[in-house]
Amino acid sequence: MKPAPFEYFRPTSVEEAVALLAEHEDAKPLAGGQSLVPMLNFRLARPAALVDLGGIDELAGIRVDDGALVVGAMTRQWDLEHSPEALPLLREALAHVGHTATRCRGTVGGSLVHADPTAELPVCALALGAELVTSRRRIPAEEFFLSVFTTALDPDELLVEIRFPTPVGPTAFLEHSHRHGDFAVVCVARSGERIAVGGVGPTPVLWDGGAIDPVGDLFAPAGYKRDVARALLEQAAAA
Amino acid sequence: MIEVAVTVNGVRHERRVEPRLLLSDFLRHELSLYGTHVGCEHGVCGACTVLLDGRPARSCLALVAQADGGEIRTVESLSNEAALHPLQQAFHEHFGLQCGFCTPGILISALFLLEQNPDPTETEIRAELAGHLCRCTGYAPIVDSILAAAATLRG
Repeated sequence: MKPAPFEYFRPTSVEEAVALLAEHEDAKPLAGGQSLVPMLNFRLARPAALVDLGGIDELAGIRVDDGALVVGAMTRQWDLEHSPEALPLLREALAHVGHTATRCRGTVGGSLVHADPTAELPVCALALGAELVTSRRRIPAEEFFLSVFTTALDPDELLVEIRFPTPVGPTAFLEHSHRHGDFAVVCVARSGERIAVGGVGPTPVLWDGGAIDPVGDLFAPAGYKRDVARALLEQAAAA
Repeated sequence: MIEVAVTVNGVRHERRVEPRLLLSDFLRHELSLYGTHVGCEHGVCGACTVLLDGRPARSCLALVAQADGGEIRTVESLSNEAALHPLQQAFHEHFGLQCGFCTPGILISALFLLEQNPDPTETEIRAELAGHLCRCTGYAPIVDSILAAAATLRG
């Protein structure tokens, strides 16, 4: 048995899930589990309770509404990747997210809420100017990602759906990783005039056209990341 | 403890389990289905891949609680007593395995790949194999095996 013990709940509505999160201190929502379960297996995360969102049907689905692509938080990444409604930018980016087996389980909302600084979907959300609709408010992507693995969500607040506006102008997604499916060293998403960069700091950032000053890590020192970022940004700007 | 009911390779199983029980450990320890291999236990190596409701899933990254009510296929379902599945036959003929540790996961991913895309290119096969670690073969015979199985299955 790898994870430490926890209480387990499987609500069937958003209201019920939010109530469970408010009621149980140190409860965590479980979406597709492709980031949380490894952390449980390593016991890097030891939540007292898990609120499994897998039984909440209203959280999954893809629709077009008022010029925006609206994706339910529990929509599996594979379903968005293969949806005829999906924006080409999202489809391109999703091909870099893990592997088929993790995309079949991993969710669009789960990836955004996990807020890994190298993850592809947060970079796309920022470039597209997406809006994150929660159980109590709407948060623009610019205000959603606060730091490494940290978002503006309160502990008892759930991401419900994401509204991706239709891009105006060229789009592009570029990534460099050590192996296909690995975490990105640097990734770049462009939607019209907005270009976002991931992997260079604690959150994805909108590029202001100036020099990038990345934070290095064990496998990619700062100078290397700077060169990779510059090359990808040039390609994105020329797209 | 929680109650779970899952159908594995066409047989329904009901058990009382701890919520923290992983699907991989459930298959091996509760159902004695040792074909699902457990390698890294954090979703990187791909050895424990099974089909969950028709789609590939890392069984080490799913709680059995999340699979409640679901349908699971493991590598044991591929062949009957009489004959190997065309994928298994191709791995046998093209030396697609040596130690065999990674093989069950690769067979499951290849099965799904060929369902989605009966005529994949070598590049598409290699992209799929990026989710599986094999330390014996160097991958070339695995690619050959999947290409050969695809040809057989297309008829």
